[in-house]
Amino acid sequence: MSVSQEVSPLIRPRSKILTRFGHELNWGDFVFRRVTASLAMLMLAALAAMAAAMVYGSAESLSKFGLGFVTAQVWDPVRDVYGALPFIYGTIASSLLALCFAVPISIGVAIFLSELAPAWLRGPVGFLVELLAAVPSVVYGLWGIFVLAPWLRNSVEPLLARTLGFLPFFQGQQRGFGMLAGGIILAIMITPTISSVSREVLRAVPSSLREGALGLGATSWEAVRVAVLPYARSGLVGAIILGLGRALGETMAITMVIGNRSEISASLFAPSYTMASVIANEFSEATGSLYLSALAEVGLLLFVVTVLLNVVARLLVWRVGRLPEGGSL
Amino acid sequence: MFSRYARRKFTDVLVRSACVAAAVLALIPLVSVLYYVTSRGIGGISLAFFSELPKPVGESGGGMANALVGTCKLVFLACLFGIPPGVLAGMYLAEFGHTRFGKWVRFSADVMSGVPSITVGIFVYSLVVLQTKHFSAFAGGVALSVLMLPTVTRTTEELLKLVPESLREAALGLGVPKWRATLSVMLRTAAPGIATGVMLAVARVAGETAPLLFTAFSNPFWSSGLNEPTASLPVNIYNYAVSPYEEWHRQAWAAALVLLLLVLLLNVSARLLVRQRVGAP
Amino acid sequence: MLARRNLLVGLLLGLIACKESQPAPAPSATEAAPVLKQDEAVSLTGAGATFPYPLYSKWISEYNKLNPNVKINYQSIGSGGGIRQITANTVDFGATDAPMKEDEAKQASGKLFHIPATIGAVVVAYNLPEVTGTLKLSSEVLVDIYAGKVKRWNDPKLKADNADAKLPAKDISVVYRTDGSGTTAVFTEYLGKVSAEWKEKVGVGKVVRWPTGLGAKGNEGVTGQVKTTPYTIGYIERAYASQNKLPMAELRNKAGKFVAPSIEAMSAAANAVEMPAELVVSLANADGEGAYPITSYSYLLVYEDAKDATKGEALAKYVWWGLHDGQKFAKDLDYAPIPATVLSKVEARLRELRSGDRKLLSGA
Repeated sequence: MSVSQEVSPLIRPRSKILTRFGHELNWGDFVFRRVTASLAMLMLAALAAMAAAMVYGSAESLSKFGLGFVTAQVWDPVRDVYGALPFIYGTIASSLLALCFAVPISIGVAIFLSELAPAWLRGPVGFLVELLAAVPSVVYGLWGIFVLAPWLRNSVEPLLARTLGFLPFFQGQQRGFGMLAGGIILAIMITPTISSVSREVLRAVPSSLREGALGLGATSWEAVRVAVLPYARSGLVGAIILGLGRALGETMAITMVIGNRSEISASLFAPSYTMASVIANEFSEATGSLYLSALAEVGLLLFVVTVLLNVVARLLVWRVGRLPEGGSL
Repeated sequence: MFSRYARRKFTDVLVRSACVAAAVLALIPLVSVLYYVTSRGIGGISLAFFSELPKPVGESGGGMANALVGTCKLVFLACLFGIPPGVLAGMYLAEFGHTRFGKWVRFSADVMSGVPSITVGIFVYSLVVLQTKHFSAFAGGVALSVLMLPTVTRTTEELLKLVPESLREAALGLGVPKWRATLSVMLRTAAPGIATGVMLAVARVAGETAPLLFTAFSNPFWSSGLNEPTASLPVNIYNYAVSPYEEWHRQAWAAALVLLLLVLLLNVSARLLVRQRVGAP
Repeated sequence: MLARRNLLVGLLLGLIACKESQPAPAPSATEAAPVLKQDEAVSLTGAGATFPYPLYSKWISEYNKLNPNVKINYQSIGSGGGIRQITANTVDFGATDAPMKEDEAKQASGKLFHIPATIGAVVVAYNLPEVTGTLKLSSEVLVDIYAGKVKRWNDPKLKADNADAKLPAKDISVVYRTDGSGTTAVFTEYLGKVSAEWKEKVGVGKVVRWPTGLGAKGNEGVTGQVKTTPYTIGYIERAYASQNKLPMAELRNKAGKFVAPSIEAMSAAANAVEMPAELVVSLANADGEGAYPITSYSYLLVYEDAKDATKGEALAKYVWWGLHDGQKFAKDLDYAPIPATVLSKVEARLRELRSGDRKLLSGA
């Protein structure tokens, strides 16, 4: 009858709430912003609470060892002497090694799935890669002990020692268990995260960009490199950081294959120990307030390392060059 | 020597084969792990597995029915507590993330994704279990949701940011309020991608053991409701796998296989649900 | 579409609502043991050591057959975890291999009794393809291997005790436990007792700083490494070695004899050591001809004064049953039963359990 009934039900009359900048604001927008902001605040609050709990828990250890905790290498619960440097090294080295393996492979898989694969192959392969994420950590660990480590010990490490043995990375006793095994298992575990999110990101890039480049005569790789990747850069970096986070925090699988010796060695064959592993290994049995406090401090240090690596990653992205972020072309 | 075109073509072929090689490389460990789990676990799958309670060593039969139900409960709780806040927080970051507050939230999501699952478990232990003085499925669900939150949030944010502005502008041009445009248009378009991120997070937490040890504990019997300790597949897998007994190992592998199938099922159903809503692009 | 979504939601809710459908009660065992009658359903939780988990889960299952209204939930989160949970009162009883220390006991809300529930042994497993007989290790050699002083299998010290074994000229791969565990505590306690140097340089505890070797996670991790890597040596719980058919070394005990870790040898060790009033004692390096030197008790932790009388009584009755009827399940699961001399002292202790002024076990 009246005009309003023919109009789309999405349209509502505007309200008269005025924000302080004089913009007329719909009450729906107001509520939306506040609700989502409060939930975002929840995330911040959860993190702050965890950080606070860890600082509180590690108070005793912080006061006793101070900065020496980060530089000392001796971890001796019998004598109540604690130093976390080998764990810091182990965590950073294993995570970076995992990224070295996982990022090229994951981005390659993502490009394959979004650009190169024929339509009938995309579904199954994408689905299989995501299946990697569903395998429980414990199962990866056991597979690592019974399949990966023996394979490394018998086939890979001798080969590396023969061909690249002059490098300090490939020297020392070959046991199968060690930094290399840890890095590989972590890489396998973070590949589904990075590749799935990257694939979605690449898929979300409007095809007009790709088609534009192709129309100008680019090969498909050039089209991806010039048109798709820059647009998707923020999303890809986000995917990689998620993968990095997972690598830093992984506990079960890596502790089963990394050898768990708190030593710092350049060799990939040598055993190592990560911060998450030491917490998982020793927390259940730890008794004694200084011991528990030292473990809490290791958790706090892991926090700090995560923060630092995140900052470095963001800085790298920023330095490489600022391009318009996705969505605003 | 080579024409410029030949060089370009060569690079193209090189990169394309590298991508194919990457896909193959990524699938090799999967095939190996799947083969390993299936070959060891298929023998343990039987009707008894799905209907009976665990039996101690030396007694034949026994299954993990309570663990299966427990995992479903825990995943449900994790999704309940983790998905709505995660998606909404992600929407906030996509819309208003350029503010200083938004930057801090994004940063904290990234940092939180790196917190080891055992730390989250200990945190929720002191938050929930010590206050209620008992272990419960509720505490387990909370711990898992905390693990899910960063992944869901960041994935939602990144995918929402990638939806072309033209869609939003079109909606706004029709007079749709901004919030409605975000929910009905942007979110719907990004939904399949967000579903992927959500399923990734769910797949990960469905297989987590460490946070459950101090929160949901475990239970050899059925647990009723949400306030009792509950058995779960990952914890059972862990307990059985680290035991000395071959028959328990077999059950652990069978449970791992069932867990994989469960996550697969969730994955497929999530895809189906989302696909229906979006329709053909 | 809507139907599909609703179906899924309904399925999920149905699973949640799937409450305890009581499993069909197993036919009650025709035991001579008195069936304890209690009308109300009682639920007990316990946490602690991994080592006695198989035995306790057998006890729980058997006890539940006799008393279907008593449900006990024991989870192995580690001795330290057990101590922490019982101190925080989130569980009704704890279990630990290594006894609580003074400062730990102070943090509990009441007095905690250690109840020795069973006996286990730590064995030294090895992987030597060439050696057919059993390896014999003296205490000095074992200490030297773990200290990194004896590095090769064909070292003269090893040859001295194993004259007719074909010891290969290979490096010894030493494996230790990386996670905190009672097994390590028992093993290092033995090493500390036989070597003053070990006690001083490395020490005794659930986690120590090992001079050499690789760390594996859990008994199963060490077992896995020993099983898959030749020329490896590691220490594990007896059940893991026997279940995985790993050869176990014979150790020379205090009396000078090489003893294999059999149940009889474990019992011999327990019989040789006098149990003090506190019911806490170390069995490492016990006297006695046939004693296996790395044996240890595993304890249950129970509050002397139970806050909840019903739960306290149920727990007391369960522990009493475990220490009497439960002991017959020990041997099949690679544990040794508590000797009779110790049992009488434990009984006296259990009779002291009370809730307020009421004694929980009245003339059982």
